[in-house]
Amino acid sequence: MGADVFHGVDTTPFGWVDKAIESAIAAGATYADARVCSRRHQRLIAQNGELDSVANTDDVGLGVRALVGSSWGFFATSDLTDTSARRAGQTATETAKASAIVAGPPLRLADVPVAVDHYATPCTEDPFAVALSEKVDLIVAATSTMAAVNGVTVATANLMFWDIDQWFSSSQGHRIHQHLVESGCGMDATAVNGHETQRRSYPQSFGHVEKGGFEVVRRHDLLGHAHQTAQEAVQLLDAPLCPEGEFDLILESSQLALQIHESVGHAVELDRILGWEAAFAGTSFLDLSELGAFRYGSDLMTITADATIPGALATFGYDDEGTPGQCVDIVRDGVWVGVLSGRDSAHLADVQPGGMVRADGYNRLPMVRMTNVGLVPGKDQLDDIIADTRHGVLMATNRSWSIDDRRLNFQFGCEIGWEIVDGKRTRMVRNPTYTGITPTFWRSMDRLAGPEEWKAWGVPNCGKGQPMQVGHTSHPASPARFRNVRIGVSGSADRAGRR
Amino acid sequence: MTHDRSQHRHRSASNSQSPDDVTDVCSAMADDVAELVRDAGAEGNVVVTRTHHGLTRFANSSIHQHVGDDSTTITLSIAVAGRSATASTTTSDLSSVGDLVTRTITAARQQPVDNRWPGPTPQTTNQLAVDDAFDAGTADASPAARADAVRAFVGASGTSTEGQAGIAPFLPSAGQTDRLGARYRVTQATSTTAAGYLDTEATWTSFASTTGHRVASKATRATIDGIHRTVDTSGAAHHTSWQLADLDPATAGIAATTSATWGQRPIDIEPGDWPVVLGPEAVASVIAFLGAYGFNAKAHLDGASFVNLGEACFDPAISLWEDPFDPRAVGLRYDAQGVARQRYPLIDQGVTVNLAHDRRTALRAGVECSTGNALLGAESWGAIPMNPVLRNGTSSLADLVAGVERGLYIARFHYCRVLDPKTQVVTGLTRNGTFLIERGTITTPVTDLRFTQSFVDALAPGRVIGVANDNRYADSEFGPGMVIAPSVSLARWSFTGGASG
Repeated sequence: MGADVFHGVDTTPFGWVDKAIESAIAAGATYADARVCSRRHQRLIAQNGELDSVANTDDVGLGVRALVGSSWGFFATSDLTDTSARRAGQTATETAKASAIVAGPPLRLADVPVAVDHYATPCTEDPFAVALSEKVDLIVAATSTMAAVNGVTVATANLMFWDIDQWFSSSQGHRIHQHLVESGCGMDATAVNGHETQRRSYPQSFGHVEKGGFEVVRRHDLLGHAHQTAQEAVQLLDAPLCPEGEFDLILESSQLALQIHESVGHAVELDRILGWEAAFAGTSFLDLSELGAFRYGSDLMTITADATIPGALATFGYDDEGTPGQCVDIVRDGVWVGVLSGRDSAHLADVQPGGMVRADGYNRLPMVRMTNVGLVPGKDQLDDIIADTRHGVLMATNRSWSIDDRRLNFQFGCEIGWEIVDGKRTRMVRNPTYTGITPTFWRSMDRLAGPEEWKAWGVPNCGKGQPMQVGHTSHPASPARFRNVRIGVSGSADRAGRR
Repeated sequence: MTHDRSQHRHRSASNSQSPDDVTDVCSAMADDVAELVRDAGAEGNVVVTRTHHGLTRFANSSIHQHVGDDSTTITLSIAVAGRSATASTTTSDLSSVGDLVTRTITAARQQPVDNRWPGPTPQTTNQLAVDDAFDAGTADASPAARADAVRAFVGASGTSTEGQAGIAPFLPSAGQTDRLGARYRVTQATSTTAAGYLDTEATWTSFASTTGHRVASKATRATIDGIHRTVDTSGAAHHTSWQLADLDPATAGIAATTSATWGQRPIDIEPGDWPVVLGPEAVASVIAFLGAYGFNAKAHLDGASFVNLGEACFDPAISLWEDPFDPRAVGLRYDAQGVARQRYPLIDQGVTVNLAHDRRTALRAGVECSTGNALLGAESWGAIPMNPVLRNGTSSLADLVAGVERGLYIARFHYCRVLDPKTQVVTGLTRNGTFLIERGTITTPVTDLRFTQSFVDALAPGRVIGVANDNRYADSEFGPGMVIAPSVSLARWSFTGGASG
């Protein structure tokens, strides 16, 4: 690879990046890297057959990271000039130096190959080139269809698109340009009675986002799913409450994706394990001394963090430290074998950096982030799993999620459930919830569907860090069964009004 | 207006200028962009926001991330012939902004008519004669100044003593020293490790509408929020003010390390319904949910809010005000639509009396005017109280604890999520300090618990045993500087799981 890889790419921002790095090193940093990130975001929302909002957000700026002793210094500016870039580099180093007032052990950066490269998301249909009128017509029609169902009070639909250009260099010689494109869509119908609200969403409750262009939206066919989505919201109001007790739980793949996100993805973030996020996001129940030996789940549980899955939301060429996107084993046949790491943390777990450090825009310090963390598919089919279940609940589409600061004690609520009796899907149930303890839960997984029902669900709203950074992650999953799970958790007020 | 003049004015925005100069530059920029919008045949509002943020994060008792950010953002909300669109950019050169204006107008022209477009904010909107909550010393705080403060917090490790142990976990704010816990004693100081952050932020916002309405405001905020940890527990402390000098990191550190030390060797208890005394952080989480899902006028208009105006949904001990003019309040004096912030009651002695409106929801609801609660860049979310203050009661925290025969003291909640916005049934966990109260005394640390509880029911008539007189800025898990809350004693809280499930 060489400089010619940038043919056709505007290389002007590399000039600002280089000046920032030079200035940071001149001020005393032992290492520095910098990014110019130009991000274009468009979001359209419709409600009840009318357009609610069209918002275009552009943010562009420079962020420079300087290492001095035990601390990163970071400075960002939206002012893109040579003078401002130099000032940013110098300020980053001076800020890092001030950390010596409360110093820790020196940070050691793991070696990674020095890359000079260009990467671009494969994209069939540029989402920003699609006429706004087409986008508006789509979500207005979808919400009109949902709102027309008797009993629906609010119907919303949204489209979201990102176009990101990033120029990255480091004092070690990295020089990388990436062009990433993300597209997504979602809709939901809400029905309200005097007591409560019920909601159904499609494709999932946060909307679903992938790497790619407008073809992602077309493939999900909002209009074709609008009527059923709305009907189910209304039906839920009169559905019985989810039964309480300990029995089998079958999760469809989007809910299982969030289960992976919360109880595996965050738990294996090395910065959490090391206590670097202890105050806010929390820590992890995992102990590095058990890496390679801890029984995380059943033999069916094999999880990878794979930043190379075509079309998955967290697929990229390089992370924001210049480490290539790659596939890392996290859990193999039920045993914990890997972590999500960066250059400054990998050696503390005696692993190689996994290319998992990313930032939310130019003005945030890159941090360990999930990539496409998900289950390798099994061999079953959902219908067979249901047929093999004597008594259980099939739950779909996340409604609420909560987990403790060590990623151990979780409770999830889903939008909809169906009771399974003697191998058959029977009545619809409302307010389905389940709770558990992470390793106990994963060890109870005894059936896992195969590649035909496997999907990399995009999660565009992962919060972590201070100030809060919103990360885009993805979680491949297929439906699975878990045995003897506590289902139907409700508080005293809900119990009092059970019907 | 000429291109060259504007470029010159825009380039002059930097942090080497005085705070008033920054305001002038932002205001000039807002005027210029509003003129571009008007010249292009559109109408609307322009907001120019400049932020200077410094953040010092520490973990394992050392600073590991130390960051700063200077950014300028221009936000447009425009309409052409009733067709609206919004946009924002961090690029402040006028030619790029001109391109954005053109693109936004083009986008607007392709939309259906927006029946909820309230028009540009009129010039007649009230302008306030209230000083900004802005402190130049906070705006200019250096990384070294923040690091010094962190050193004081971290340095509290091992300072927990018998004398301090009785007060520190429940310090309502810097300098206050209510005494609790006569039976439970820490007899030996424990070394703890610290984690958290101290940040300082200065914000300048200038607003201009195409009708000529112009306002500007600036604000500062400083926060220290951190924990001290032992092997099996942690304790937290939080101070927020609009002035860095108001923070007392050493006292906060002592509170956190003592709570952590107290919390060692926690016991499991059976889940179920328990009387509770909630600390200000836990109460702040409750208030944040009531505001976002209940008093949000858009949620109310959509039928998803619990609020029935005029109804006594809450105990008479509960009075919640939106009060941007509380002397402690952080934040700007105008909202994102250039409307002056207002002081008004949301709950008056248990009765829900008002909703938070922006100009869009005010138009939908047919009420006279916005309450000044528009959020920047989040119109689709609705309007949210930005300075909610839960009024103090007359009791001390010690009185509340003394009144509990057998219950729990909860310092904070963690990871709260709504199960049903209409009933405000929320699940979450306790964190950083859960203690058993027996016969009016805090006796034993307890492992964290999961709850599933309707926040509205928890504060219903007859359920509020007492409200303490210790309200202060408390961190609601959704960020600092959002809620001023006291400790509250409640008859019942529904815990649905323990640490082991």
